[in-house]
Amino acid sequence: MNMQTYAFDKTHIIQIPLEKAMTTENLQVFYGDNHAMHDASLEFPRYRITALIGASGSGKSTYLRCLNRMNDRIATVKGKIMYRGTDINSDHINVYEVRKHISMVFQRPNPFAKSIRENITFALKRNGIKDKAELNKRVEESLKAAALWDEVKDDLDKSALALSGGQAQRLCIARCVAMKPDILLLDEPASALDPISTAKIEETLQQLRKNYSIIIVTHNMQQASRIADYTAFFHMGHVLEYDETEKIFTNPEIKATEDYISGNFG
Amino acid sequence: MNPKTSDQLATGVIYALVAAVIGILIFLLGYILMTGIPHISGHFLTSAAQSFRAGGGVRDQLFNSLYLLVLTLIISFPIALGSGIYLSEYAPENWVTSLIRTSVEVLSSLPSVVVGLFGYLLFVIRFGMGFSILAGAIALTFFNLPLLTRSIEESLQDVSELQREAGLSLGLSRWKTITGIVLPAAVPGILTGIILSAGRVFGEAAALIYTAGQSAPTVNYGDWNPMDSASFLNPMRPAETLAVHIWKLNTEGVTPDAAQISSGASAVLIVVILLFNLMARLLGNWMYKKMTATR
Repeated sequence: MNMQTYAFDKTHIIQIPLEKAMTTENLQVFYGDNHAMHDASLEFPRYRITALIGASGSGKSTYLRCLNRMNDRIATVKGKIMYRGTDINSDHINVYEVRKHISMVFQRPNPFAKSIRENITFALKRNGIKDKAELNKRVEESLKAAALWDEVKDDLDKSALALSGGQAQRLCIARCVAMKPDILLLDEPASALDPISTAKIEETLQQLRKNYSIIIVTHNMQQASRIADYTAFFHMGHVLEYDETEKIFTNPEIKATEDYISGNFG
Repeated sequence: MNPKTSDQLATGVIYALVAAVIGILIFLLGYILMTGIPHISGHFLTSAAQSFRAGGGVRDQLFNSLYLLVLTLIISFPIALGSGIYLSEYAPENWVTSLIRTSVEVLSSLPSVVVGLFGYLLFVIRFGMGFSILAGAIALTFFNLPLLTRSIEESLQDVSELQREAGLSLGLSRWKTITGIVLPAAVPGILTGIILSAGRVFGEAAALIYTAGQSAPTVNYGDWNPMDSASFLNPMRPAETLAVHIWKLNTEGVTPDAAQISSGASAVLIVVILLFNLMARLLGNWMYKKMTATR
């Protein structure tokens, strides 16, 4: 594979003409001396799906994990992350509160070693919801939202560890949705799943898009083109292009983007 | 030698070595149980030891062993849990942490006689506790802590990092994530650690000779007030345990049936420890099923 070098100073990043869910300004990430993310300034629209694409090691997951401060103990993050008029990257922010509004689903399904019901109610209870009826309602609603209800409604008290990979991942989505967050961050949620489970996840995301702002990292370009409204292309720690998905996949402005989506590297 | 013969040879040697280990174990257990079990009876388990006459039992020693074990666990478990959580979840990887880990290891390799003498000088003499269950329990805590801390730390480490991420990403604090998600998932391992270390505590003699003492005063099993000097729960009374009793019978036993009582007591000791191990497995499995809702 011949890895061409691309200029990092030539970028094409649009401003979003819609209401914004969150934005980042000059976000930089350092792992020790390693400068993993350079000056990422992006705007994410509300009630839309935004995809972050790029090769392995391009910084897209690193960037996503900054958005709800999951990198706190691992890396140094500089720059602003604006959410509802507040910079949530500042020191005095209560990160636990942030994560209730901006929730994350990870690459590998990680249900708790508890029953399906408890997987959803655990965090709710810890946040003060004690009412049984309300908890049951949230369990049903969130499982329906994640398109899992019909498959598990009779097994709610069975272990979540017995679920298949795709079901477990949808349970993880349901678990986030039950918290009624504002923004859902997904870090390659389907990369460990088979095509049928992947299709179900994508379908779920299309449904969730009505009520949630979704930002999804994916290495699967077809997936990005199928579900995302906007797409950002990451390359070696830089955001090189950000535009409407259709534009990115049909007529990219930047050579690196074009080479990546046509499969020349990555 | 061709690869096939060398492989067969290696396999044969390994099987022989394993057979040797199992053989030694079976021989030891078999010998102790065969010589001991004929002497175990209801009377043996429920009557007090005799100083000079034949026909004594091990009632008080058996109870003392169990009581000492419970006290030791009450003291050592909270400390071990706290340090295990610290080492697994909070400790940064630096020289202080490795110093702590090394200290824990050194503590676990201290000879029990040394710990016993240390306990004797500090607790029994200096603090004026006298030969007492409490002094014994504290001395045993020194043994128990390293084992228990290690097993708790390892059980917590075995819980996937993904579980912690999941908890944090839902807006739970680190503490809630640890207590609500990581700890329950680690319960079977922790339980196994407790019971295995309990087996060791149960069989310990050297450290107790100097701390819990070598006499089993007559106690009143109907007196539930631990403050009463005659109560069986009084932690300040001297208490000879089963293991110490065996040691004493074999060094200065003057009863005519010392040898038989010693064999019987050894068998009781072994059986109780085997029961601990069995319980560790059963309870561990049961807890895991309960915690994870796998039925």
